[in-house]
Amino acid sequence: MRHAAKNRWRDRWLRWLVYATVAMISCVFLWILFDLVRGGVAHLSWGFLTDSPRDAGRAGGIGPILVSTLLIVSVALASALPLAWSTAILLAEFVPTASWPGRVIRFSLQVLASVPSIVFGLFGNAFFSVYLGMGFSILSGGLTLACMLLPILVSTAEAGLRSVPAHYRLSGAALGLSRMAVLFQLLLPAALPAWVAGLLLGIGRAAAETAALLFTSGYVDRMPESLLDSGRALALHIFDLSMNVPGGDAPAYASALVLVILLLLINTSALLLAQAWQRKRIVPS
Amino acid sequence: MIWSKHSISFQPASVDRWLRRVLTAAATIAALIMLLIVLFLLYESWPALQQLPLDRFVSDASWHPLEAQYNLLPMLTGTFYASSGAMLLAVPMGVLSALFMVFFAPPQVAMLYRRLLELLAGIPSVVFGFWGLTTLVPLINQWEPPGLSLLAAILVLTIMILPTIAVTSHAALLAVPREYLQALAALGLSHWGSILGIALPAARTGILAGIMLAAGRAIGETMAVLMVAGNVVQHASGLFDPVRTLASNIALEMAYAMGGHRGALFVSGLLLLLWVMLLTAAASWLARNRHA
Repeated sequence: MRHAAKNRWRDRWLRWLVYATVAMISCVFLWILFDLVRGGVAHLSWGFLTDSPRDAGRAGGIGPILVSTLLIVSVALASALPLAWSTAILLAEFVPTASWPGRVIRFSLQVLASVPSIVFGLFGNAFFSVYLGMGFSILSGGLTLACMLLPILVSTAEAGLRSVPAHYRLSGAALGLSRMAVLFQLLLPAALPAWVAGLLLGIGRAAAETAALLFTSGYVDRMPESLLDSGRALALHIFDLSMNVPGGDAPAYASALVLVILLLLINTSALLLAQAWQRKRIVPS
Repeated sequence: MIWSKHSISFQPASVDRWLRRVLTAAATIAALIMLLIVLFLLYESWPALQQLPLDRFVSDASWHPLEAQYNLLPMLTGTFYASSGAMLLAVPMGVLSALFMVFFAPPQVAMLYRRLLELLAGIPSVVFGFWGLTTLVPLINQWEPPGLSLLAAILVLTIMILPTIAVTSHAALLAVPREYLQALAALGLSHWGSILGIALPAARTGILAGIMLAAGRAIGETMAVLMVAGNVVQHASGLFDPVRTLASNIALEMAYAMGGHRGALFVSGLLLLLWVMLLTAAASWLARNRHA
C-alpha cells in the first residue's frame, strides 16, 4: 500500500516537472517573439525595407542590406547545390554505403557539419579573401557559406533519394533504361519535395549566418554594384546596430523582426513540405 | 506514374559511365573541403606555432596580443564555464521535453511542440544575442550589475542548444521498441518506473550522442555569446562576472589582427575545431555502437 502511494506521488511529481519545463520553454519562445514584435513593429514600414541606411543605420532603411543578403545567399546556393546534389546522388545510387569511398565522403561531411561558424569565417578569410584575392566581397562570403551548407544539403537530398522505393529502380532496369534515365525520369521527380525542403532549410541556414560573414563579406552597407563589392548581410546589420551604434536599437529590432519573419516562413514551409511528402509516402505504392 | 514525352530508352551505356565520372568529381571536391579548411588553418597558424613554444599559450602573463602575450587560458575557462553551465540547464530540460512528446502529450500537441522546437532552432544566433542584450542583460543588471555576464551567456546558450537535445532525445526515445513499454504498462508499472527504469536506459546512447552534438554547438557559438558575455579577458569567479570565450575572441579581434596576433587567433580557431571534432567523433562513435 505504501509502495503504491509512493509511486503515485512520484508519477505526479514527474508529470508536474515535465509540464512545467514544456510551459517554460514555450513561454520563452513566445516571449522572444513578443519582444521582437513589440520593439520592431513601430519602426517597420515599406520605406524601411527599401531605403538606404543613413547615419550608420539609425535612420533610413535596409534596402541595400536585403539586396546584399539575397546575393550572398544566391552565391552560396549556386555554388553549393551542384556539388551537394551530385554528391547525394553518388552516395545514394552509385556507391554502396559500406564501401570506402562512401565512408570517406560521409565522414568528411559529418566533420564539416560540426565545424563552428566562426572557424568557417577564419577559413573563408584566409582562403577566399586573402589567398584567392577576392577581398571582402559578396563572392567570398557566399563561397564561405557554400562550404557551410554542403553537409545539410547533401544529407537531405540523400535521404530523399533513399526513400524512393527500390522497385522504381528495378522496373527501370527491367525496361532496359540507362541509370541516367531512371535517375532523371523516375527518382528525381519522386524525391523532389524532399530536395526542395532541404533547399529551403539551406536558405534559412544561410540567411541566419553572421560569424562566417564577419571577415568575408564585410560591413559595407552601400548598395552592392558587383559580386566583388563588400555587402552587409541582414544578420550582420543587426549585430552592428546593437553592438556598435548607440541609439540603434529601434532599427535593430525592426531588422531582427524582418529576419525572424523571413526565417519562420522559410523554415515552416520546409517543414510542411517534408511532412506532406512523408505522409504521401506512407501510402503503399 | 510518371510518363516521359520523348523516348528515354536505348541510350548508350556510356552515358552512365560519364554521369558517374561527373558525380565522382563533384563528391571528391565536397569531401576535400574539410581537408582544405584544416590545411588553411594550419597554414595561417604555422608562423605562430613555429615562433612561439606551445606552452606560451598557457603560461604568458595574460592575453595582450599587441604586446605579444598570448595566454589563451582565460578564454578556455570562459568557454568551458559558459558551455558547461548551458549543458547543466539544457540537458534536463531537453530530455524532459522529449519525455513530454513521447509519453505525456497527445500526438497533435506533441507535433505542435516539436514544430516549436524546430522553429526555435531556426532562429539566428544574432537574434538570440540581441534579445539577450536588450531583455536578459537589463534584468540581470537589476539583480547584480553589470548584467553582461557569464550568467547571461549561459542562459542564451541554453535556449540555443535545447532544441538539439530535445529533438535527438525524442528520436532516441521513439526508437525504443514499443513492446517494452506496452509490456510494462500491462504489468501495471508506474510512469516513473517505466520511464526511468526502461525507456531512458534503452535510449541512453542516442540521448548521449545528442548531448555531445549540443556541447559542440555551445563551444563554437560565437555571436550570441559575444553580445551578452561582456568579453572581459579574465577567469570568472562567479556567475555575474563578464567572460570572453575562444570563439568571441576571434570575432572581436580578427578585424585588426596582424602578424603574430593573427597567427594566434588562427591557433585558437584550430583549438576550437579540434575540441568540437573530438565531441563529434565521440557522438558518432556512440551512435554507431547504439545496438552493440
